[in-house]
Amino acid sequence: MSVVTPSVASLSGLTARPGQPPARADAPVKIDVDRMNFYYGAKRALDGISIQIRANLVTAFIGPSGCGKSTFLRSLNRMNDIIPATRVEGTVLIDGQDIYAPGVDVVELRRRVGMVFQKSNPFPKSIFENVAYGLRINDMARSKAELADRVEESLRQAAIFDEVKDRLQDSALALSGGQQQRLCIARALAIRPEILLMDEPASALDPIATQRIEELIYDLKKTYTIVIVTHNMQQAARVSDHTAFFWLGRLVEYDRTDRIFTAPAEKLTEDYVTGRCG
Amino acid sequence: MHTRRLEWIIERALFLCAALSVLTTAGIIVVLAVETFEFLREVPVVEFLTGTEWTPLFATPRFGVLPLVAGTMLVSAIAMVVALPMGLLSAVYLSEYAPDGLRRIVKPVLEILAGVPTVVYGYFALMFVTPLLQRVFPQMAGFNALSPGIVMGIMILPLVSSLSEDAMRAVPQGLREGAYALGATRMQTALQVVVPAAFSGITAAFILAVSRAVGETMIVAIAAGQQPRLTANPFVPLETMTAYIVQVSLGDTPQGTLEYRTIFAVGMLLFLMTFVLNMVSTWLRERFREEYS
Repeated sequence: MSVVTPSVASLSGLTARPGQPPARADAPVKIDVDRMNFYYGAKRALDGISIQIRANLVTAFIGPSGCGKSTFLRSLNRMNDIIPATRVEGTVLIDGQDIYAPGVDVVELRRRVGMVFQKSNPFPKSIFENVAYGLRINDMARSKAELADRVEESLRQAAIFDEVKDRLQDSALALSGGQQQRLCIARALAIRPEILLMDEPASALDPIATQRIEELIYDLKKTYTIVIVTHNMQQAARVSDHTAFFWLGRLVEYDRTDRIFTAPAEKLTEDYVTGRCG
Repeated sequence: MHTRRLEWIIERALFLCAALSVLTTAGIIVVLAVETFEFLREVPVVEFLTGTEWTPLFATPRFGVLPLVAGTMLVSAIAMVVALPMGLLSAVYLSEYAPDGLRRIVKPVLEILAGVPTVVYGYFALMFVTPLLQRVFPQMAGFNALSPGIVMGIMILPLVSSLSEDAMRAVPQGLREGAYALGATRMQTALQVVVPAAFSGITAAFILAVSRAVGETMIVAIAAGQQPRLTANPFVPLETMTAYIVQVSLGDTPQGTLEYRTIFAVGMLLFLMTFVLNMVSTWLRERFREEYS
């Protein structure tokens, strides 16, 4: 596919070469990926991905279906490990530590890198227990009172506490789709991850629920480094600081979001964001 | 014209085939009901259901069905104690741990267990398991509840494990991912998320297995003895409802007598028990399907 070339953005003093820090170069690098390849069996799904994701910003991954953006997202907390016959080459550093190095504790990694999925997936437990689950399995609450505090705090952070505070013991499956998704965000936040990966978190939601999730993302980036995969380009434009455009398993362009949408360096990016392809 | 006629004939023929099985079932129920009604005209229903002695073939017959029900319950309970934990654990292994290739081999092999004729299990219980158990429990009689109970448990184990596995595999992958993403281990995911999520499906499997155990005939007829006895002692001979039906059916009880009608009364009770269990099982499975559709 496309040969990646230095973009016009680099002329403005900000490096926009794929994989290099674009705008807000002052923010520290949280995730540093170098020439990463990913295979499902013999099929190469990601090809030479290099990207530096900055702390406390929202980074959006856009691209057509099957372009590898979700696969890439899921490789950042090694969620692909549970799929048989997958393989990773290259390095993925989080805070300078290679997460694919031998001896890395995947449980510990996933505690630091939380994830929210496309389809809300609350456990068939009460609302309270859904949020408490991560705290329980990771022994993160020393007392019942602390557990209850952390659950409430997480529900508040996910902007759902007021809606559920009177029915914490009810089944989570009784909530609406948008509420379930915010509950899943609360569940992910409860164990206080540093990074929050969101895989099309609003794609199954109505516009109002979507708007609430987007507002939430805006609030959360003060505390978390957020990486969001989205099909919806308006959404990427609204919520993210940086945007990475994937095409056929490659990272085509990575830059400040406003640039990606107004003055992309690559013809392919321009065609995609203007709807001419993909 | 010719084709349409043929179609008509085929359609009617297929309908008759379907109707035949429905009519047969209905016929069985009608016969059961009529004979049971005749029986209950002579033996009050309260005496039948609450009496503690079952001696219909004696000179002074007593028609209390409780010893047979208790015998059935005891053997089934022993079977479930064997089949539940083992069936559930093997389901957890097959669904959550076993690699695809292994599961494709193990599951059919396990299901072969369900294809062994029950008479083989019966003699296995009588000739192999009972002598083995008698070494551990010298007080145990040659006919008893424990040995057929254990063997019956082994017989229904594939049913429990296969249906539970189906229920667990039907749990959406997203739930597992949700747990993994919070730092759960495989074991925590399997036992704390997948099993509870599949709970109604697993319960349905268990209840179906209980129903199967209650209705199982050959093993108990061969290895449990034929002595109706109201007891919870697994070491002494007893008789289950099914074994009693076999005993009388094979004997020379004249048709139309009260002794003869006991078969239908006991059969009706047995039918009602397994029918209710099957209904509950189906209802639970339906509910499970709704939860994850």
